[in-house]
Amino acid sequence: MPDSQRIIEIEVLRYNPESDKEPHLEVYKVPFSDDMSVLQGAQYIKDHFDGSLTFRWSCRMAICGSCGMMINGIPKLSCETFLRDYFPNRIRIEAMANFPIEKDLVVDLSGFIEKLESIQPYIIPREPRSLDQGEYIQSPEQFNAYIQFTSCINCTLCYAACPQFGLNPDFIGPAAIALLHRYNMDSRDGAAAERMELVAAEEGVFNCSAVGYCSEVCPKHVDPANAVNINKTNAAKDYFLRFLSPKGGSK
Amino acid sequence: MSKRRPYVRSMDGWWKKNPFYVEYMIHESTALFVAAYAFTLLVGLVRLGQGEVAWNGWLEAMKSPLSLICHVVFLLAIMYHTYTWFKIMPITLPPIIVGGKKVGPEVITGSGLLAAVVASVFMLGLVWRIAQ
Repeated sequence: MPDSQRIIEIEVLRYNPESDKEPHLEVYKVPFSDDMSVLQGAQYIKDHFDGSLTFRWSCRMAICGSCGMMINGIPKLSCETFLRDYFPNRIRIEAMANFPIEKDLVVDLSGFIEKLESIQPYIIPREPRSLDQGEYIQSPEQFNAYIQFTSCINCTLCYAACPQFGLNPDFIGPAAIALLHRYNMDSRDGAAAERMELVAAEEGVFNCSAVGYCSEVCPKHVDPANAVNINKTNAAKDYFLRFLSPKGGSK
Repeated sequence: MSKRRPYVRSMDGWWKKNPFYVEYMIHESTALFVAAYAFTLLVGLVRLGQGEVAWNGWLEAMKSPLSLICHVVFLLAIMYHTYTWFKIMPITLPPIIVGGKKVGPEVITGSGLLAAVVASVFMLGLVWRIAQ
C-alpha cells in the first residue's frame, strides 16, 4: 500500500562500549504503517540500516517485559506504543533511565535481579505441611489481598520512572518491593518478619519520597507506589511495636 | 577480557526532564509556604507573650500591603499543597474495603478534600464569631 508508506524520523540513543566514550543520538528515517509499534520501528532500523543496533524484546504483546525503553523521555513498553501516535513529529528512543547502559537500548539489570532474589519472592510456609494435609484453602478476600501485586512482569519501567532509584541505585525499588508485598500479603506465607529486615533497611522503603511516577508508568497497573508506602507504615509499626512484643525482623 | 563498560548517565537536573517531576518539585516545595505561614503565626504568639505593645505591633505588621500579598501567596500555595496532598493519599493507604469492594482512589481524594473544606469553613466561622 504505497499511500500508507509514511516516513517517521526515529532518533536513537546509541552507545557502543567498545568504541564510544559516551552515548550519542542517531536519526533514522523509517517507513511505517499504522499497525507498527516503536519496537517494530527499532527492528526496521536493525534490519535495514544498522544490524548492530541492540535492544531486548520477546513477546510483542506486553507480557514478557523485555522491551521497555524511554520513548520521548517516558518509560514505556515499545511493543505497545505505536509510531502513528507520534507522527509527524520525530520520536526519540533511549535506554531505560536510571540504569547503566550496556549497549544501545540494553541496560544492565543485574542489580535488579539481585534485589529480586533478596526479597525472597516465593511462599515461605507458616508451618511445615505434608502432602496428605491437602491443598491450601484461600478465600476470595485473602486472594484479593495480593492478586494485584502478582501482575508485575519485571519490565522495570517503574525503576526508570523513579528518581530516588536514579539517585541511589541501592534502593530496593518499586517492583521488588511490590513483589515483597505480594508474598507478605499471601495468607499461605509466613515470612513477613524476615522480609521486614529489608523493608526497614537503609536501602528499603524509606528511600521513597512518594513521587508516584512508578505507578503512573506501570503497564500492568500493579501500583508499586502503594506497596512501597503501605510498607512504610508497616516498618514504622514494626519499629514501635517491638517495644511491646519483640519478634521478627526488629528483634 | 570483558568488553563491558556500562555507561551511567548523570542525574543532574533530573527534575527538569519530565513534567511529572517538575510538578512533584512544585507540590513538595509548597510545603515551605505552609512552614512560612506557621512561622508567621508563631511569631504572633511570641509577640502576644511580650505584652500589648508588641502584640499591637505584630497586628499592625499583618495589615501592611507586603503582609497581605504574602498571605495571598501563602493561601494559594497552601491550597495547592492541600490538593496534591490528598491526590497522592490513595497511594499511601492500605486498601479500604467497604461492602466487600475496594474504595477507589477518587473517593479517597474526594473525601480528603471535602474534610479539608469542612475544617477550613469551620475554622473560618469560629474565628469570624470570635472577631465579632
